[in-house]
Amino acid sequence: MKKIEAIIREERLEAVKKALEENSYFGMTVSQVSGRGKQKGIPLQWRVGEYRVDLLPKLKIELVVLDEDVPTAVNAIVRNARTGEIGDGKIFVLPVESVVRVRTGDRDENAI
Amino acid sequence: MPVNAGDTAWILVSSALVMLMTPGVALFYGGMVRRKNVLSTIMMSFVCLGLVGLLWVLYGYSLSFGSDNGGFIGGLNFIGLMGVGQEPSSVYASTVPHLAFMIFQAMFAIITVALITGAIVERVKFGALLIFATLWLTVVYSPVAHWVWGSGGWLASLGTLDFAGGTVVHINAGVSALALVLLLGKRRGFPSEPMEPNNIPMVVLGAGLLWFGWFGFNAGSSLASDGLAASAFVATNTAAAAAAFTWMIVSWLHRRPTVLGTVTGAVAGLVAITPAAGFVPPLAGIPIGMVAALVCYYSMVLLKTKLGFDDSLDVFAVHGVGGIWGALATGIFASLAVNAAGADGWLLGNGIQLLKQLAGVVSVAAYAFVATWILGKLVDVTIGLRVGQTEETVGLDISQHGERAYGGLLR
Repeated sequence: MKKIEAIIREERLEAVKKALEENSYFGMTVSQVSGRGKQKGIPLQWRVGEYRVDLLPKLKIELVVLDEDVPTAVNAIVRNARTGEIGDGKIFVLPVESVVRVRTGDRDENAI
Repeated sequence: MPVNAGDTAWILVSSALVMLMTPGVALFYGGMVRRKNVLSTIMMSFVCLGLVGLLWVLYGYSLSFGSDNGGFIGGLNFIGLMGVGQEPSSVYASTVPHLAFMIFQAMFAIITVALITGAIVERVKFGALLIFATLWLTVVYSPVAHWVWGSGGWLASLGTLDFAGGTVVHINAGVSALALVLLLGKRRGFPSEPMEPNNIPMVVLGAGLLWFGWFGFNAGSSLASDGLAASAFVATNTAAAAAAFTWMIVSWLHRRPTVLGTVTGAVAGLVAITPAAGFVPPLAGIPIGMVAALVCYYSMVLLKTKLGFDDSLDVFAVHGVGGIWGALATGIFASLAVNAAGADGWLLGNGIQLLKQLAGVVSVAAYAFVATWILGKLVDVTIGLRVGQTEETVGLDISQHGERAYGGLLR
């Protein structure tokens, strides 16, 4: 089992969600996050002068899939989150030790 | 004179309008600070309704408008509202109940103290602020109001014009704010860390309430429901419009037309027209407002960006500088045709009026600066003006008030 953590642009969420759904990956957790990479930041204005906001709003999608599903899921995200501009985000894949479904107590593969 | 129904209705409504400006300032300021200090910032303004509202009826009104003592301060004859009743005063606003004039003036005292707090947000100790506010109302506001508006006040006798409080309210508050900034120092992290406004829509709401209430402030200062009130009303709206539009253009030339800048411009225009509203032709609001936006904008650039003063919400740049410009502009644009109780200004060949205005600016600014510095120092060496390092880092909402503005993980 692997956990996929994808940091994506806010405006790509619907497309990514739809693509994952088409591949039968329904479960996910989405959070609003701030971060930075090569995109650096944007200037904002005060009453006078300006300041730089260098942590930009992104969304983080987390989902846990079987090992063999990782390429499909990752490809679905990459294809739909990409615009080609700096700031498209990153995907991390992490090992998962165990999973429990709270409602039934099902474990691991049965709980994904 | 008997009580006039129309005048009384207008003064009571105006008093309520000016009252609403203090919560307006609270929201205007509250939206501009970081989210950990939003309640504390709102409270510093709102508490003035509670504190100054009491001090005023107990003795503040008397020190400002009681019988004259050498042109400097009012006597104690109105203490505890003694002799201030339903009959008009023989001296002030002689067509409305004396109580109506008194409460109208109370709202000015309240908001003036609230205005100062914008300079010292995010680091001043709440208890210290209350003590300072009490001292300041007694030692600074009350005498200055007497100089300018009190019967026998020395600036009034000199012929300095201040229709609705350009010197008494705005120069007074702005210069005092600057003195406190020098005493208190910068916020931790200023100016290296950006201190982003937590809620600009709240700033706009506050500015809207201020603009609305300012009609009571300026048009109400006619102290009658008459043509002069209408003239002051139009001058007020025109100056606010001109200044809002000008500030928008200036910020656009820099990069983008900001909302924060546009509403700040409106307030700068309202400040500048305050002393002039009932002495100048309504269209003088256009140059007065435009210049207000420019001088306030560039003073902010100079003070904050170039000199590094942490006048946190720019009280001196908006109220001090805007008030000084407004006081001088009154001496330029005033016309006897608008208000026979006023004077002609420089443009109508009476250059001496500009000098009288300058006398008001210099004397009020000098007195406010020195007296505030001494009072602030007094509070600082006794109980301390500033919160501790941890309290400042945690934020004043939690450290001073035990509350947070946007609490709860659950929606």
